[in-house]
Amino acid sequence: MNTVFALAGIVIKELYRRKDFYVLFVLTAVITIAAASVQFFHDSHIVRYVKDLCLLLIWISALLVTIAMAARQIPSERENRTIFPLLAKPVTRGQVILGKFLGCWLASGIALVVFYLFFAIVTGTREQNWPVLNYIQALLLQWIMLGIVTAMTLLGSIFLAAPSSTVTIVFTIVAGILFLGRHLNVVAIHNTEPLRDIIYTIYFLIPHLELFDVRERLVNDWGLVNWLDCLLAALYGAGYMMLFLLLAWLGFRRKNLSVS
Amino acid sequence: MRKISPYWSLLLLLAACFTLATLFVPRAANWNGQSQSDDAFKLLLGEGRRLFANQLFVMGDVYFHSGYYPSMFDNQETDKDVADPAHGKAEDKGGDFLGPPKDWIEALNRHFVPNRHTHLSSGGATGNAKAASVEEILPWMKLSAEMNPQMIDSYTVGSYWLRAVLNKPADARDFLFEGLRNNPGNPQLLFDLGRVYDEGFHDTNRALNVWQAGLRHWQAQGEDAKTNTQSQFVCEEISMNLAHLEESVGDFSNAVHYLEIVKQVSPDPKGIQKQIDELNQKAAAPVSTNNPAH
Repeated sequence: MNTVFALAGIVIKELYRRKDFYVLFVLTAVITIAAASVQFFHDSHIVRYVKDLCLLLIWISALLVTIAMAARQIPSERENRTIFPLLAKPVTRGQVILGKFLGCWLASGIALVVFYLFFAIVTGTREQNWPVLNYIQALLLQWIMLGIVTAMTLLGSIFLAAPSSTVTIVFTIVAGILFLGRHLNVVAIHNTEPLRDIIYTIYFLIPHLELFDVRERLVNDWGLVNWLDCLLAALYGAGYMMLFLLLAWLGFRRKNLSVS
Repeated sequence: MRKISPYWSLLLLLAACFTLATLFVPRAANWNGQSQSDDAFKLLLGEGRRLFANQLFVMGDVYFHSGYYPSMFDNQETDKDVADPAHGKAEDKGGDFLGPPKDWIEALNRHFVPNRHTHLSSGGATGNAKAASVEEILPWMKLSAEMNPQMIDSYTVGSYWLRAVLNKPADARDFLFEGLRNNPGNPQLLFDLGRVYDEGFHDTNRALNVWQAGLRHWQAQGEDAKTNTQSQFVCEEISMNLAHLEESVGDFSNAVHYLEIVKQVSPDPKGIQKQIDELNQKAAAPVSTNNPAH
């Protein structure tokens, strides 16, 4: 397990060495503060639109940071040929996959903590209300979602040619799931066979990332989600993480690592 | 030759940029007839911004329901609940569009999204009217009006909540003024402005003048606009309010005149005729005390 943590540590260091996170954080902060500085009808208590905008930016930024980071892990090791000295050590290919995954997941968690801290400060100072547990719950759920996305991206990076194509494809899939995933069953009902069965199969196969999106509840003060439901969602997420990691390991195990 | 420091070059460039900017900015502001008062959305999006106005208005309704709102895949709401009170209708209590969950994923998903039909005006998700306020919809009304200045609903709905619930008649009046600048003589906006003066500022004289102006503008419209149900409702409301005002100051003949106008557009002319008869009886009755004339 130490090997996995050592590999993960290197990935985490990459988060603060690269500029992606800083750029996205500054962009999120600037847009949110600009939106918060606007006053409508001399009312300084209007806050929900700021929360909505800030959370949307956090979701987009976190997805970009996570997908971009996970997509380049294996390909960059291959391109720089550092994968060979790494595998020459007592490190298995499974440990490489697990270490990279853990590193990316923990790094996205650190990024999320920074983002949510900013969110809490901006909205808390405006509405004078600090629902810390709600923020922690939203953060944890989003982090689990990012875990699935990280595992999915690592799987993609094993099979797809370049990190850019992995980023594009995974981002499109994730956006598609977030926008359409929960409605596919309704779409299926309105179609005839065999399209109905195909859509239903997709509906039950895809990881429902929207389960982890509690932004609307957070923005509109709906209160905490039952922790038991969160646990169920976490188990559901863990299942998909393991599935994607297993598939990534199976692909990486037989992969020819030499670069032509 | 002595080498010039790059900082001096940079400073020189900045000075040149600033000088050029002072020359060009005033000229650029007048291109295409644009003035400095043109808002940022118009400059950025041009006339295309109107496309977003309805979406922003819908966002107001989404906030009014604390996020519990049908998507494009669910049964759609034809009327916006946020606009109902502003249009003189009772608030909708139904609107449960979800129905029973179709599968276990949907059942689980419902715990993570807003899952009850609530209105911000009655406390929103928490049910605590003090904690949740309808003011949260106002940015969307303002933005919707910025995007499409000809969308009358944005002004009427925004001003209704400002006046009736948030007790901000001055802001409601200013918002309606903005609407009237963009839609001169609009009877609906004039009617709402009259209500702000009457109910918000308790200034019946100004309300009377504004409603009279509203009625004049309504009558000056083309026949097509007058036969429109929504437009007839506006005429009915203006005339009815004018009749009540005239009656309250004892001018029964004027009150009857306005009720005659109401009768022409009302779905219940018999009921209005009854009110006219009552007023005529009052007018014919001997006056025992001095009525305050207006």
